[in-house]
Amino acid sequence: MTAPAVTAEATLPRARATRATVLFAGLGVGLVVMTLVAAGRGQLAVPPDEVLGAVAHRLGLDLGPLPTHPQGEATLWSVRFPRVALAVLVGAALAAAGALMQGVFGNPLAEPGVVGVSTGAAFAAAVVIVFQIGLLGVWTVPVFAFVGGLVTTLAVYLLSRAGGRTEVVTLVLTGIAVNAVASAGLALMLFLADTQAREEIVFWQLGSLNGTRWAYAAAALPFVAVGLAGALLLARKLDVLALGDRAARHVGIHVERVRMTAIVLVAVLTAAAVSFAGIIGFVGLVVPHLVRMVIGPGHRLLVPASALGGALLLLCADLAARTAVAYADLPIGMLTALVGGPFFFWLLRRTRRSAGGWA
Amino acid sequence: MLHVAKASVRLGGRPLLHEVDLRLGAGELVALVGPNGAGKSTLLSLLAGDLAPDTGAVTLDGIDLAAWKHLELARRRAVLPQEHRLAFGFSAVDVVRMGRAPWARTPREGDDDTVVASAMARTEVLDLAERAFPTLSGGEKARVAFARVIAQETPLVLLDEPTAALDLRHQDQVLAEARRLAHHGEAVVAVVHDLSVAAAYADRICVLHRGRLVADGPPAEVLTAELVGEVYEHPVDVLHHRGRLVVVPQRLRAVPEPAEPVEPEEGSWSSVR
Repeated sequence: MTAPAVTAEATLPRARATRATVLFAGLGVGLVVMTLVAAGRGQLAVPPDEVLGAVAHRLGLDLGPLPTHPQGEATLWSVRFPRVALAVLVGAALAAAGALMQGVFGNPLAEPGVVGVSTGAAFAAAVVIVFQIGLLGVWTVPVFAFVGGLVTTLAVYLLSRAGGRTEVVTLVLTGIAVNAVASAGLALMLFLADTQAREEIVFWQLGSLNGTRWAYAAAALPFVAVGLAGALLLARKLDVLALGDRAARHVGIHVERVRMTAIVLVAVLTAAAVSFAGIIGFVGLVVPHLVRMVIGPGHRLLVPASALGGALLLLCADLAARTAVAYADLPIGMLTALVGGPFFFWLLRRTRRSAGGWA
Repeated sequence: MLHVAKASVRLGGRPLLHEVDLRLGAGELVALVGPNGAGKSTLLSLLAGDLAPDTGAVTLDGIDLAAWKHLELARRRAVLPQEHRLAFGFSAVDVVRMGRAPWARTPREGDDDTVVASAMARTEVLDLAERAFPTLSGGEKARVAFARVIAQETPLVLLDEPTAALDLRHQDQVLAEARRLAHHGEAVVAVVHDLSVAAAYADRICVLHRGRLVADGPPAEVLTAELVGEVYEHPVDVLHHRGRLVVVPQRLRAVPEPAEPVEPEEGSWSSVR
C-alpha cells in the first residue's frame, strides 16, 4: 500500500463562527430590549422609550423622554430596576451552574440540585423562619441559605470521596442520600412551624423575586461574577473531561482538581441565586441544552451563552410572574417548572430517537 | 526511556501481573501479545501510569511514574484507549484538538492547526472533521482517536488494541503510521491480537501469559509454533510467505461434513457447499 501523501498544508475546515456570533448578538439584543420592556411593565406602566430615557438621564445623557407619570422615575429605580437586575444575575448564575454541572458529570441531565445545593439552602432558610432567628436582620434568610447550600454540597463531595478520587455515580448517589436527609429536616421544620411560618417557608421554596432591593442584587453580584469568571477559566478543561476521566488524565488534566473546582463554583453560583430568589428549577437544565443545540458543546462558548440565555429566560419568566395575573405575584419557580418539565420530557424522547437513550 | 522492574499487580488477591521486567527505548515499535486475560491491558495501564505496581517499579526517564505531574507526563506519553466514549457531541476535529491540551499556553500551541491537520490527514479522517464524534462508526471513532493521540506529539505512545475495530486497509494504515512514529524516534507500544500483523510491523514482540512475560524479542525468534501453541493453548502453523512471518491457527473444530446431503431448513444458517 502506498502511503497517502502527507502534507503539512492539509487544511482544517473553518470553524463555523457565524452561528455563535448570531446567537450572542441575538441574546445580547434580546436582553437589552427585554430589560427595557420588563422594567416598564407592571401596575404602573412606563413605555420602553421612557425607561431608556430614565436610564440615560441618570447617566448624565440628555437622551429620550423622561417618564411622564409623576411616580414613574421613583418606581423604576426603587422597585423595578433592582428586581430586573436580580433576575438577570440569578438567571445567569443558574444557567452557568447547569452548564458546569453537566460538563463535570459528562451527563446532559445533571442539574445543580444533584449535589444538594437547593435542598440544603431550603432547610437552612426554614430553620431561620421557624425559630425566628434574626441575627442579621433581613439578611438572615439569604445568608443562612447560602451557607446551608455550600455546606450541603461540601458534605456530598467529601462523603463521596474515597482514596482521593470521586466517582461520578457515587457522587450522584451520595447526593440522593444527603438530599433525602435535608428533605427530612425540611419536613420537620414544616411540622414544627406555625401557620404563618409554614406559609413563609412554602412561598420561599416556590421561588420569587418579589420585594427585591438594590442591596440584594449588590450582594449577589460578586458571587455570580466570581462564579462566572471561574467557569470561563475552567472551560477548556471541561471540554477534555468529555473524553472520560482516564483519557482526560492522559492529556494532562488533573481530573480530581477540575471536578472539585467546578463543584465549588456550582455551589457558589447556585447558592447565591437560591438564597435571594428561592428555588427556581429547570433553568440550569434547559438553557445549556438549548444553547448546545445551536452552537455545539464547546464550553468556552457554552458557558457565556448559557449565562446570557439564563438571564434572558429568567427576566421573561419574572415578567410573566408579576404581570400574568393582575395584583398577584406568581411563584417564578412554578412558571419555570411548568415550562421546563414538558421540555425535559421532549428532550428525553428526542434523545431516545436519535441515540437510543441514555443507558 | 521507560523501564519496568519486577512489577507485580494484584487485584483482590488474584495476581494480574507477576514480576514483569521490560525496557523500552526510543525508536522501537513493541507489540504486546497474549491470549485474553493474560494481562496486556493491565501492563499497558502500568506503562501509562494509570496503575501503580504493588511491588516493583515503573520509571520514565529514571523518575517513578507516580512522581510525574499530570501535565508533564501528558507531554511525554500519549495513550489510545480501547474504548472511545465521548460525553457530548463534539465534532471529530474538536476531539483531535483535545490531544493538544497539554501544549496549551506553551510556544508549541502555535502549531496546533498544522499538527491537528496533519494528524487527521495521516489517519484519513479529514473528511469526517465536522461530523459529530458519537455518530461515527466504530472504526471511524478509532481512527479519530488515533489522530488525537498523534496530535499529542509525545515521545512515548501507548496503543491499546489500535486495530480492533478496523478493516484490513485501515489496520495496515494505523500500524504503518505507528511504524513511522517509531522511525521518527518515538517509542511505541501496541497491544495487538493478530500475530501476523504484529510480526509484520513490530521490532520486538512481548508475549504475556498468565501475568508473566514469557518471551521478548524480534518476531522471528519469538513467534515459534511451540511457544505460540503453548501460550494460546491452540496448535498453530508458522509460515514464511514472501519473506514475512504468518501465524495460522490449525482449525480443530472444522465444520463436520454431513454424511448425506441434507436439505437445509428454510431460513436456517446451515452451510451449503
